[in-house]
Amino acid sequence: MLDTAKRKEMLRTMIKLRAFEEKLEEFYQKRAMYGSTHSYRGQEAVAVGVCSALEPKDLIASYHRGTGHIIAKGADLYRLMCECMGRLDGYSKGRGGKMHMGDLSFGFLGNTGTVGGTVPFATGAALAAQIRGSKEVAVSFLGDGAMNQGVVHEAMNFAGIWKLPVIYVCENNLYAMTVSVEKSVAIKHVAERAKGYGFEGKVIDGNDVELVYAETLKAAEKGRAGGGATFLECLTYRWDGHFGGDPGTAYRAKEEIEAWKQRCPVKRLKEKLIAEGNLQSEEFEKITAAVYAEIEEVAKKAQASPMPPKEFELESVFAKSEVAHG
Amino acid sequence: MAKAENLQMPQGEVKEMRLQEALREALRYEMARDPRVFVIGEDVALFGGAYGVTRGLLQEFGDSRVRDTPISEAGMVGLAIGAAINGMRPVVEIQFCDLLPLCMDQITTHAARYYYQTGGRISVPLVVRNKFGTRPGGGPSHSSCNHGAFVHFPGLKIIIPTTPADGKGLLLSAIRDPNPVVCFESHHLYGVKGPVPEGDYTVPIGVAAVRREGKDLTIVTCGGMVLKADEAAVALQAKGVDVEIIDLRSLAPLDKETILKSVAKTKRAMVVDEGPMVGGVTSEIAAVIQENLFSDLKGPVVRLGAQHIPPPHSPPLVEAILPSVDGIVGAALRLVEGKKK
Repeated sequence: MLDTAKRKEMLRTMIKLRAFEEKLEEFYQKRAMYGSTHSYRGQEAVAVGVCSALEPKDLIASYHRGTGHIIAKGADLYRLMCECMGRLDGYSKGRGGKMHMGDLSFGFLGNTGTVGGTVPFATGAALAAQIRGSKEVAVSFLGDGAMNQGVVHEAMNFAGIWKLPVIYVCENNLYAMTVSVEKSVAIKHVAERAKGYGFEGKVIDGNDVELVYAETLKAAEKGRAGGGATFLECLTYRWDGHFGGDPGTAYRAKEEIEAWKQRCPVKRLKEKLIAEGNLQSEEFEKITAAVYAEIEEVAKKAQASPMPPKEFELESVFAKSEVAHG
Repeated sequence: MAKAENLQMPQGEVKEMRLQEALREALRYEMARDPRVFVIGEDVALFGGAYGVTRGLLQEFGDSRVRDTPISEAGMVGLAIGAAINGMRPVVEIQFCDLLPLCMDQITTHAARYYYQTGGRISVPLVVRNKFGTRPGGGPSHSSCNHGAFVHFPGLKIIIPTTPADGKGLLLSAIRDPNPVVCFESHHLYGVKGPVPEGDYTVPIGVAAVRREGKDLTIVTCGGMVLKADEAAVALQAKGVDVEIIDLRSLAPLDKETILKSVAKTKRAMVVDEGPMVGGVTSEIAAVIQENLFSDLKGPVVRLGAQHIPPPHSPPLVEAILPSVDGIVGAALRLVEGKKK
């Protein structure tokens, strides 16, 4: 059972994820960021539940909708915001944007814009841990859309045959951009596929942060003990469209969106804590205000930060020496 | 290639061996020295690799570091990238370069760009070995030469060892390199013997070798075509044409300095490659030469490469699409005599 302090911390982090997306959306509308947003609003319980259950040395691989994952794992908000805005202080110095980053100092293997592209990275990071016996666990975040990429199937098969310490966290938000999961997958739950790879697959409520936490903890302990991979299908929903500028209503009914908003993961934990007598409404408001103020401050600082110079360095393509792990 | 070897004679203790054994030497040496190095690929463990390069590694280093894989080229390269990011030094064997397109996304979109796109925070020390070479019997999906296609992508190092000594030296450099390296190993050269230095022997990536010195004409080439160029050079010598042969050894980074230095001397250049000429190695190098030395040249940069046809199965069809020794000799004579085709 999670203690109150930890649960309040998880609540705060979920609010932080949401506040960050909202600020990003504002910047997108103002054309202050480059490329598109891929809002994580509505899915916060998955990233926060998973990352709260991991140890600092554990690793995550993310994808295009990755801001939530990496904030939950411990990313620096200023560097992340700068990267979204194409600034020099960004994680990738403005070279990659928010779909192309990576920083092992907080266990972030990286993300890319190829759907499913990083699933083998998490799997391979787990292979490294297995070969040297270093006991870290790798988490591969992926969406329901990635489940139909060939390389994802290949990676999961590797995890099965070699019993790798990897957790596949599939955020089933019911749509791959605009195409529904019913049109893309012939089975009811993608978690059923895990059986075909030889490891456990579970379907869980992805909006219940405590459940996500508990299941991740179990999977991580199993992986560390040599028990191999786990597949967690987290049922959730993205409140917004696939990208900035997509209202998300051309392929989804308004009633469906509203119904899922009622299952808001933040509201859910908040109400539970209040019902238990562990949280007061005023305290919640205070936490929320503090988080939004923090994001505001980060955004201001990022806006004032320098753009990269208009030049390229061919040397920036190759490492001269190995970049140290961790 | 006896004369060529004299120009690149390795120093110290040497052992005579085939290219495939020299490559194995590099793997063994580095696996013993560095516990982060591991080998994965189809049939690399129990069977020792489709070409015997990894023979004995399983017995010596165990099944954790020498792993047979399912037939999943994209997956194994992707796993290797993840392992590399997480501190290992993976070496992947892909049985034919024809299968590299299966892992193109992983190699060119991910491994090659990772260092740049993470702002230099993460490097991917990965080696992808593969066999290339057009020969009878392989046909369209088992005997390609697509090495030229990979030159297009920034962030990759590309090596093509020719002599056994280069096989050991270049592969050792590749494993130690913090960047992704694709190693194209020629079908025509696996069995060719040569002296290989013992111990810690490396050949720098990005440095071409002058296999033969001459003053009338420079032939720039790589891989199995070095043998044909050498044979042609012997025939041309008898006709009074003194040929210099540059063996590229690395396609990326390209050793422009050695190429240009040679052509500045001979003032005539021919580029010979086993891959298709269109958008390939020959077009790139011809462009580099004319951009830098146009006014010094005594004639056009001549290109000889595979015709723009998929690699065929039957011997006469294969012969028809590839540069031949006679073809090289004829083109060289026309160039030296200043005659048009």
